[in-house]
Amino acid sequence: MKLNYRVVIFALSIIFGLFFSAPSLFQMQDGKKITLGLDLQGGLHMLLGVKTEEAVKSRIKSIAASIKHFSERKDILIDSLHFDENEITFTLLDKDDAKTVQTFLHEIEGAVVVVVDEKISLSLTNEEIAETEKQAISQAIETIRNRLDQFGLTEPVVARQGEEKILVQLAGIKSADEEQRARELISRAAKLELMAVDEDRAARVHTMSESDAAAYGDVILEDAANPEIKHLVHEIPILDGGMLTDAHVGFDQNNRPLINFSLNAEGAEIFGDFTGKNVGKRLAVVLDGKVYSAPVINERIGGGSGQISGSYSVMEAKDLAIALRSGSLLAPIYLMEKRSVGPSLGADSIKASMIALIGGFILVIVFMIAYYRVAGIIANIALIANLFIILAVMSLFGATLTLPGMAGIVLTVGMAVDANVIISERIRELIHEGVSTHRAIEEGYSNAMRAILDANITTLIAAVVLYAYGTGAIKGFAITISIGILASMITAILGTHGIYQMLEKRIQKSKNNLLWFGIKG
Amino acid sequence: MEFFKYTRTFNFMGKSKLAMILSIVLVLSSFALLATKGLNYGVDFAGGTIVQVKYTTDAPIDDMREKLKGNKIFEDATITEFGSAEEVVIRMKTTTGNVTVDIGDVTRESLKDTGEFEVRRVDIVGPKVGSELKEKGIMSLILAIVGILIYVAFRFEWRFAVASIIALVHDVSIALGAIVLVGLEVNLDVLAALLTILGYSLNDTIIVFDRIRESVVKTRESELSEIIDDSITKTLARTTLTSLTTLFVVFTLFMFGGEIIHAFAFTLLVGIVIGTYSSIFVASPILLLFGFDVKKYHIKLAEKAKREAEKERMRSQFESGVM
Repeated sequence: MKLNYRVVIFALSIIFGLFFSAPSLFQMQDGKKITLGLDLQGGLHMLLGVKTEEAVKSRIKSIAASIKHFSERKDILIDSLHFDENEITFTLLDKDDAKTVQTFLHEIEGAVVVVVDEKISLSLTNEEIAETEKQAISQAIETIRNRLDQFGLTEPVVARQGEEKILVQLAGIKSADEEQRARELISRAAKLELMAVDEDRAARVHTMSESDAAAYGDVILEDAANPEIKHLVHEIPILDGGMLTDAHVGFDQNNRPLINFSLNAEGAEIFGDFTGKNVGKRLAVVLDGKVYSAPVINERIGGGSGQISGSYSVMEAKDLAIALRSGSLLAPIYLMEKRSVGPSLGADSIKASMIALIGGFILVIVFMIAYYRVAGIIANIALIANLFIILAVMSLFGATLTLPGMAGIVLTVGMAVDANVIISERIRELIHEGVSTHRAIEEGYSNAMRAILDANITTLIAAVVLYAYGTGAIKGFAITISIGILASMITAILGTHGIYQMLEKRIQKSKNNLLWFGIKG
Repeated sequence: MEFFKYTRTFNFMGKSKLAMILSIVLVLSSFALLATKGLNYGVDFAGGTIVQVKYTTDAPIDDMREKLKGNKIFEDATITEFGSAEEVVIRMKTTTGNVTVDIGDVTRESLKDTGEFEVRRVDIVGPKVGSELKEKGIMSLILAIVGILIYVAFRFEWRFAVASIIALVHDVSIALGAIVLVGLEVNLDVLAALLTILGYSLNDTIIVFDRIRESVVKTRESELSEIIDDSITKTLARTTLTSLTTLFVVFTLFMFGGEIIHAFAFTLLVGIVIGTYSSIFVASPILLLFGFDVKKYHIKLAEKAKREAEKERMRSQFESGVM
């Protein structure tokens, strides 16, 4: 028996296969492992869309708020400040202020300012709108990622998919409650606004309609604890969550959880100004369009910190703080696709496909030995090596094994023997023609090679297309098939050829074609 | 062991007319089925909601229907057994876009008095995502076919490429027909299976074509049908054996793989049988039909060989420094 380069490469690839598949097979602590897809280990897969038009709306709203704040600080009198989807209009009461106001307005990025006499209108350019929408998506991704990172799951996936979709994958979710919590954390807008209560009209809130309120520049908001209670607040907020720097859970004197938040310098200044000027009036703490509390301002609040009290559990308060800390969603998100798989179903899927894999595998192995004898054994060695190499490559790349991926492996097992069947049949054919076993083997390989290559390359083309166009699970299938095909080039073509060459002397000496190739002759 | 002896050549081409008729009938009836009954798109492509529920005992389907009737969300819901008597799926055409309201929770709540159960899977696919997946699926089928067409035309000859594509369309059509016939739901895994059939059936066809190409080069025989008969006979052992081993595996998947892999395995099962048949009886006769000329091919090959030899001669001259 003589070693040759083919056997050496084959042996190395087997060692490679065993070494790198071991961490996955034996669930070792160290080393790269194959990740199980959500369909196999259970978990939550969501494709989220972003209502980007809402981001533009809130951009407009915050510009309106800053105009209002600016005019108050500079003692500029303005009247009938209104805004809709993409336009803010207001009237200047004193013409002399026009220059100051315009200078301020022109500093706002992406805004078009039109002045007709005292009437000033401001809108956003199309580029600015597109930019705002784009930012809403990237900001949503960032925010969701931050929130999930603090949620305590291992490796949550948050990624952009296509132009405007967000893919969220959470593995290892164990219960419906946990899933519910995760979903709420993700979708929570966490938009904090501090709004002034319209003290002049607050008493009439229960008799007012929404349009009545709008006429005064007010909105009616529900109370968070009791939807029956309504609050009338000025539509343009004093502050919004963009100026929030921190939020964490604290407790009041009755040991009930509350959330302490702090504002950045700009926010602190606005907050200080406002509270200083409005002592005795009420300030509504509004979260996601609901009023959590509306305390009376006793004195000027400097330092830029505040509290949100409300009736919630410690867990809820914690999640709320996480959501606030990670930033608000500029635009609400909605569900485009959701797939959730319970862990027991995943385990069942693994079990079923393992049975299929092992069952099919044993059938193939027995059949090959019965039909081809030693040639069959050689083919089987290649087959098993192939399996280990697939696992090893997948582990190395940290590829995800999905249910269709399992099916892909099963199928590769079925098809990987193909190369060896083609070769063995060629060898048999040549032996029947009466050529020596040495020539039969060499010519068998060279004759079979072209067909095997063409066949594999075409299958590879199909797999690559699948990978490029497929989503999640399909991609997994394409990956295993591709790796399987490439691995079989080494194992089934190179490896088995090497083994034959190594055994050549014995085959020639024995002349027992029944033993070696399963044929008489 | 030997099932196949090479003592005589089978007369496959003699049966090609019969096969042609059979194929045309099969393909046409598949088209008819597709046109009349149509594909039954699952949630992946049509959009909608699936909730899979497993009971500890047999699922009380009637009771479940009664309980779900009360909720508007389940208005158009259908409940069917899934794999075993304990397991059912509830299918709805509607979806919800609200991230916080979960249909799984709603189901749990609605069914809470029907026994001990577990919600094992919730799939919600919005209509936009569904149609996008469908477009991508069709696109990938077309792209795969085009890629293969180019490769085969380049490696063989255009008639071989056309013949293998016709065989592919033949196989996929019949597989789709079978899917419609048994009313299988078309999901992403079925699409994966169809693409696998594409690769598999092509594999088979290429092996036969490769042998035909080889025979054309080797023999002085100029009767194409005889070359084809000879080539198919010689590859018959391989075709049947590989089909058999693959069938073993797919069949175990079909039998023991569970309900979730059922549609995938069924599609493959049909595809492997059809793919094997078509590589023998469909692909090669088309070469005849398109008038592949052995003599012309010989001449072409001879020219190509001459050019190669010329190149080789020049290269060796160059290397030995003669030029």
